[in-house]
Amino acid sequence: MKFAVLVFPGSNCDIDCYKAVEDTLGEPVDYVWHTATDLSAYDCILVPGGFSYGDYLRCGAISRFAPVMAEVAKAAEAGKYVLGICNGFQILTEAGLLPGTLRRNMSLKFRCHDTLLRVENNSNPFTSEYALGEEINIPIAHGEGNYYCDEATLAQLQANGQIIFRYVNNPNGSLDDIAGISNERGNVVGMMPHPERAVSSLLGSEDGKKMFTSILKTWRDQHESASVR
Amino acid sequence: MRDMLKVKVYVTIKQSVLDPQGVAVQGALHSMGFHEVGSVRIGKYMELQLDTDDRFEAEARVKAMCEKLLANTVVEDYRFELEG
Repeated sequence: MKFAVLVFPGSNCDIDCYKAVEDTLGEPVDYVWHTATDLSAYDCILVPGGFSYGDYLRCGAISRFAPVMAEVAKAAEAGKYVLGICNGFQILTEAGLLPGTLRRNMSLKFRCHDTLLRVENNSNPFTSEYALGEEINIPIAHGEGNYYCDEATLAQLQANGQIIFRYVNNPNGSLDDIAGISNERGNVVGMMPHPERAVSSLLGSEDGKKMFTSILKTWRDQHESASVR
Repeated sequence: MRDMLKVKVYVTIKQSVLDPQGVAVQGALHSMGFHEVGSVRIGKYMELQLDTDDRFEAEARVKAMCEKLLANTVVEDYRFELEG
């Protein structure tokens, strides 16, 4: 399974994402610059955290017009897997690949600490190895992670099982304690917490590992069933 | 010389959406004794110079700029004024 880690000017979690794939899965992974115009070689695209374009205007507002984002939209449309983490989540909402938006934290503070998340949907490709309702320790580091969408969209997210993670103790004011969501199809996921920073007990937690092993397992299951056919 | 149009764009958080910065500033004003302040909403102000004198076209173009980039219409409203 081939992974791409997108790199925008101002990305700063790209190396963490790369290492998480390399160390956790040992699968091939490339850094892909924001000017790239072809992602067809990749099965999973990671949109990392950071401060792309300095967060100017709004977080993710400018990055979403980077050339590579048209390819991310194409990949999502083709059913490939896309995971946006932190600034990557903000970019995916600005790009319209995920509903809603991330507002300034209610406290106005940049929150940088461990958080407990509850797995609300384990039938998603990125969470299949977690137990439903499992509580996992994953760090956050953001000033704008306060999820918001209108009531109709929230009802839709709830009805379709698109809420993937909720905070056990809401750190930022997010609507319905939302920490991570998916698109309707489930192949595009965005989350504010950083699973790539929780892949080794040396880092304080390895609860993020299963996001990587889940997606690999999902891909392998599909890939193998396709080749046996 | 071709005329330039100046555009002032105002982007504000929708009334239905909480503005935590505005609430914090309101609290600060209250603690300074400005108790008459009922609410504060913080927004953005942008000035654009357009290299055109076609006001009709400019309106449509600036509207598109606001919808696509300058405002996030999930949580923000915008308005603009053409000058010159």
